[in-house]
Amino acid sequence: MIRTTPFHERTAALNETGIWEHWSNHLVASRYQMSEKFEYFAIRNTAGLFDTSPLYKYRIHGPAAERFLAGVLARDIRTCPVGRGQYTAWCDDRGFVVEDGVILHVAPDEYLLTAAEPNLAYFQALIDGLDVAVDDVSADWGVLAVQGPRSRELLAALAPEVARLAYFDVIATKIAKVPVHVSRTGYTGDLGFEIWVPAADALAVWDAVWGVSRGRGVIPFGMTALYMARIEAGLVLLDVDFNSSRFAWTDADRTTPIELGLGWMFRDIGADDRTFLGHEAIRREIATTSSRWRLSGLILDWQDYDRIFDAAGLIPPKDHTPVQDEYYVYDDELNQLGYATSQMYSPILQRHIALARVPLDRTAPGSRVKLELGVSHRYEYFDAHVARLPLFNPERRTA
Amino acid sequence: MPKSTAPATKRATSKSVGAKAAPKASATRGAAARPAGSKRDGAADHAWDAIVIGGGHNGLTNAAYLAKAGLRTLVLERRHLVGGAAITEELRPGYWFTTFSYALSLLRPDIIHELELTRHGFMPILMPTTFCPMENGDYLLLGQDHGENHREIARHSRHDADAYDAFNHDVLKVCQAIKPLLDAAPPDIFSDDPEELVALAMLGSRFRRLDRKVLHDAVRLLTGSAADFLDDYFESDILKGYIASSSIIGTKVGPYSQGSGLVLLYHLMGEHDGEFGAWAFHKRGNGGFTQLLAKAAESFGVEIRLESPVESVITSGGRATGVALADGREFHAPIVVSALDPRRTFLELVDPRQLPTDLVDAITRFRFQGTSAKVNFALDGVPRYPALGDRTDQYRGFTNIGPSMEYLERAFDDAKYGAFSTRPYLDCAIQSQVDPDMAPPGKAVMSCFVQYAPYHLRESDWDTQRQPLGDTVQATLESFFPGFGDLVLQREVQTPLDIERTVGLSEGNIFAGEFLAPQMYFFRPAPGWSQYRTPIEGYYQCGSGTHPGGCVMGAPGKLAAERIIRDRGRAVAPDRANAVARDRQGAVARA
Ligand SMILES: Cc1cc2nc3c(=O)[nH]c(=O)nc-3n(C[C@H](O)[C@H](O)[C@H](O)COP(=O)(O)OP(=O)(O)OC[C@H]3O[C@@H](n4cnc5c(N)ncnc54)[C@H](O)[C@@H]3O)c2cc1C
Repeated sequence: MIRTTPFHERTAALNETGIWEHWSNHLVASRYQMSEKFEYFAIRNTAGLFDTSPLYKYRIHGPAAERFLAGVLARDIRTCPVGRGQYTAWCDDRGFVVEDGVILHVAPDEYLLTAAEPNLAYFQALIDGLDVAVDDVSADWGVLAVQGPRSRELLAALAPEVARLAYFDVIATKIAKVPVHVSRTGYTGDLGFEIWVPAADALAVWDAVWGVSRGRGVIPFGMTALYMARIEAGLVLLDVDFNSSRFAWTDADRTTPIELGLGWMFRDIGADDRTFLGHEAIRREIATTSSRWRLSGLILDWQDYDRIFDAAGLIPPKDHTPVQDEYYVYDDELNQLGYATSQMYSPILQRHIALARVPLDRTAPGSRVKLELGVSHRYEYFDAHVARLPLFNPERRTA
Repeated sequence: MPKSTAPATKRATSKSVGAKAAPKASATRGAAARPAGSKRDGAADHAWDAIVIGGGHNGLTNAAYLAKAGLRTLVLERRHLVGGAAITEELRPGYWFTTFSYALSLLRPDIIHELELTRHGFMPILMPTTFCPMENGDYLLLGQDHGENHREIARHSRHDADAYDAFNHDVLKVCQAIKPLLDAAPPDIFSDDPEELVALAMLGSRFRRLDRKVLHDAVRLLTGSAADFLDDYFESDILKGYIASSSIIGTKVGPYSQGSGLVLLYHLMGEHDGEFGAWAFHKRGNGGFTQLLAKAAESFGVEIRLESPVESVITSGGRATGVALADGREFHAPIVVSALDPRRTFLELVDPRQLPTDLVDAITRFRFQGTSAKVNFALDGVPRYPALGDRTDQYRGFTNIGPSMEYLERAFDDAKYGAFSTRPYLDCAIQSQVDPDMAPPGKAVMSCFVQYAPYHLRESDWDTQRQPLGDTVQATLESFFPGFGDLVLQREVQTPLDIERTVGLSEGNIFAGEFLAPQMYFFRPAPGWSQYRTPIEGYYQCGSGTHPGGCVMGAPGKLAAERIIRDRGRAVAPDRANAVARDRQGAVARA
């Protein structure tokens, strides 16, 4: 039987479409309204609520928690004091990404980590006698994301200290008398927060947030609107933009964090004396610039796009529906350069955009490539240029 | 009776999107500003390459393109804020009114890209619903789900449900065929210039290539009535009333009048994210849009001066050399562009005696006769529609009070005889449902576009009839939404006379001249003058009175800039310049 999330009673009542999908064996709404684009605009213009409870969640605690994480996570956890969080990744010993997630340092010697897929056995195997425990707390917490320009004032009405949170801060506070963690994090590339609430009290917290949302145009949003926002924000998705190195068959399906555009995680690697998993390979990759490609943004040339569809007798579609599938990238002579993994028409950028793997000599913003797309039952090659990620990055996200 | 109504005299204390808090004698917008009225402005030192008169969206668009091409460009705006008919004002703390223009669709996509509007916050928000209340208490509610729309229409007529698909498909084909005309200047059919002949031939061949049915549909729409066209597809009054509502906007026609088809087609030619006929609500309204357009223009180097009403264009030896302000200041530039309507461009800013008589005649005959008004409300909450109980999601788009073609036509009947409609057509939008920043939490603002309100009232005048019109609109709303009046916190009425006084649009015509076939394309605003030039060298026109016409579209501003930049290029090459001059002489002689 499919499971429901701790917020399900409320989300079910709000889902007008009856469309659900499965996420880690939980029922989640694809969209609540007939138009996911309307939900998307709530994220970008007001605020939207997203039930992100199906994420796998791990509690890492004990005197050696930091030491353990410093060896397991690629990003240096020692720079993450209590009250801070990090977007991080973990790699295998060849420097290939296993997975990514957000880690919150919620108390001394205590961390909460999210992951898209199960990682308990993987982490436990790495404990290696250290005084640390890794617990799977996935079912213990509901996580409610409140995302959008109005999210701060909404939550501040319930817990005033939320207003002071800097990007990736986390605090313990109370909402509707329920002890919760609130972090300034999210998967939309906008100003936003996530509330960790004990599963049993999830509805009380939902009701409180819903209460302050009324009359302000705040609506819940589903998976489709989330994907729209995350593509604009250049946030990668497991099994779409990359695969776990643990389960890949060949290195063609593996990716290093640097290739994935996460090289910034290693900005201070010169001063970083950790021997974390994959560190040798990563240091070598940096020293020899041996990355095979880099995940980059693509922006399609609008005139070329219109021209190709016009020539086919079609009205150029501007479809915001995220396409999370592979499409090939070429040079002018139609030699394959790489491939796109996610694409859509972005309403806020008014362009067709994509996340794509391009070779290092094409990563300079403005580099020209061609994207292969089907038009009228045949392939056409669309002019595009490379752009830095994230393609949409409002100041409010970090301000 | 209304619970409260706005005073007729308005808003000494109101704020506007982008308006300076305390307008000074001559406010300046933009960082590069110099104190207005300084000696340098008056000196004939040609500090500017181009001066644009009027900071409506077309003036701003025009100036942005000119500056982008390297011209030092100055915009002179009469009011304390830019935007013209496209402004948003905070008439009551926390309540933002789209004073006049209220939705976006025809804005040309190339302008969005070329002026990099997304960098400045361009945000056209989807309006996912269309709600059409009926006089019997029923309604038609269309949304984003095709199947649901089918079922909803079938409630009114099973036949019309799939006829609606056929209609949309046929109209889309016409839009696809006609659209390129919006993005290019009309060829000059009166010219012997080989370039113009080529353009004309290309236009001809484009139409020859069209499918016969598409061409025929296009001609039926462009010349016929909306009613004739719609009757071929539909039987249900509510669906026809809804669609036909777009055939009367801004124009003194009813759905049964020949010519309403053109207005309908025009309103279906816009697009939102590639969807023809779809309208969006820009963040903070069309005033939010014009504010960011001004920022974009400034980022290309345009200087905008507010509170700088131009009185006349200065000419010397048949050439424009600058402009004179009402306060006596002068600004000089070899290029002067009027972003005002044709009457002001040809009959007020310049001495008509400088112009060919037949041009003056044509402009004198040019039809304005505004017939639209605007009533805006601040509401204590969202009105309820009895048949939908406590639901409010039906208000996420337009609410169309035009339940049948007969309703629309009867509303028009009043206007024919010089009165405003006793049961007016209303295009309403509770904009805070789409952009919650328009009103405080739990409250609402509602914009109502009203027809018919003829500029020329036979029995009275608009200063007398302003509040009676407001009462009529409110009573109409009350009849559909019982209890509406109790929600009204404030009401603003904009009659055609107010539109004329505030924006400067002659006779309050929202399009700067009616959408009638003899006033479109080759003939907008006058035969032989559809290419943004005027008989005065260096003096150009770029307002909504030029091709393609009104609406927040930007095409006139952009196409005029292209013309100016090309002429300038020619002026540099002497051979071409002579040809242009000959050409122009020919045109003047004919004119
Ligand atoms: C009530 C109403 C509702 C409408 N609704 C819509 C809608 O929803 N969607 C849509 O697309 N279109 C709508 N329209 C039409 C659209 O808004 C107009 O066609 C368009 O805004 C006109 O733009 P413009 O730049 O050509 O001229 P204007 O907006 O008229 O701009 C002219 C500018 O020139 C200034 N000016 C005038 N005289 C002088 C002078 N002597 N010196 C200096 N400056 C001067 C004015 O103050 C003004 O700022 C509406 C119009 C009205 C009036």
